[in-house]
Amino acid sequence: MKTCLVVDDSRVIRKVARRILENLQFEVLEAADGQEALDACKAAMPNAVLLDWNMPVMDGITFLKHLRKEQGGKDPIVVFCTTENDLSHITEALTEGASEYIMKPFDGDILEAKFQEVGLI
Amino acid sequence: MTPEDIEHLAALLKARSGLILGADKTYLIESRLAPIARKEGFANVAGLLTALRTRRDEKVILAVVDAMTTNETFFFRDKTPFDQFKSDVLPAFAKSRISGDIKVWCAACSTGQEPYSLAMMMDEARAQFPRINLDILATDISDRCLEKAQAGLYTQFEVQRGLPITMMVKNFEKVDEMWRISPKMRQGVRFRKYNLLDDLRGLGRMDVIYCRNVLIYFDIATKKRVLEQMATMLADDGYLFLGAAETVLGITDAFKPLQGTRGLYVKNMSASASLRPSATSSLPPLRAAGAA
Repeated sequence: MKTCLVVDDSRVIRKVARRILENLQFEVLEAADGQEALDACKAAMPNAVLLDWNMPVMDGITFLKHLRKEQGGKDPIVVFCTTENDLSHITEALTEGASEYIMKPFDGDILEAKFQEVGLI
Repeated sequence: MTPEDIEHLAALLKARSGLILGADKTYLIESRLAPIARKEGFANVAGLLTALRTRRDEKVILAVVDAMTTNETFFFRDKTPFDQFKSDVLPAFAKSRISGDIKVWCAACSTGQEPYSLAMMMDEARAQFPRINLDILATDISDRCLEKAQAGLYTQFEVQRGLPITMMVKNFEKVDEMWRISPKMRQGVRFRKYNLLDDLRGLGRMDVIYCRNVLIYFDIATKKRVLEQMATMLADDGYLFLGAAETVLGITDAFKPLQGTRGLYVKNMSASASLRPSATSSLPPLRAAGAA
């Protein structure tokens, strides 16, 4: 079973994402900010990270930069999932090594299509 | 709504667009026609349907046909027909054709995602097939769809369905809360109003035809007529793409599936030859205005 770390400061979003991902046969882990996510990754690298941008403590893009410097940190496939929907944010995310980008609001179809696009399912 | 009203609507839809309004689809009438009833000042959908029978208001008829047509589509829908274009169709033409112009027809293109997907895919494959140029014609019966297709303006939801983010970044710009496809892609597709029930040969010779998830709405006789006309206008070494759930089996033997593929057809030469009145007869000239 593949693992996906859902990083979002909204409990509701994490719950929605968890339900969709569990239906897609993922084992789901949760983190409420970038620092929590980084700690989780150091403990065990997930196969995928679904990543919000704006969060307290550490935002998504900072987390991504740190993650890629960790040992094994280049392995997880990172998919942003955020309300930031302008080209400059998207381009920055791709430059830092995100594979896909979901603009909120999203639904199960979009998440599934994007995960298919990057070969996670 | 009386049974007579529904019967008349079904006959009108079949005559105008080939659409079969089966008993399992009557539930769509209320939701799809309510906005038109309101706009045209009828008390309800039943009032609109009665007026369709008693008055022949062309504008209302067109609006009703348009609303009852299913326009569901998204970028790179089903993926396979686009992968096959790159893996089977382009290499074959690159070898067999001297001139690099490949004429592609997206029949019933709806809001344009299919032809634009082809244009974007060709752009990505440019280095691999430097000599090939796609001439994409996209037609639909719906003015509303064609208008949107031509504008190339999509919602955030639409650009997230099937479109890889790298392609979106490369080919779209953000306009307020919408996303507009680049002028380069818009220039690569010609849109034109056309009804699949009309004489299709007026569109000229085609090398590739995409006709996906359209025939499912037609009865067998209409399917057969459309497919056989497509066979006469398709180049002998051309290709036909149907929807994933569609087949020519039991409808016509003008096409046969390309071995090892699904939904991809080539001409069955022995059967197609007999469809043409004579081998030397030329096709009628292109009509000036879109029919429908």
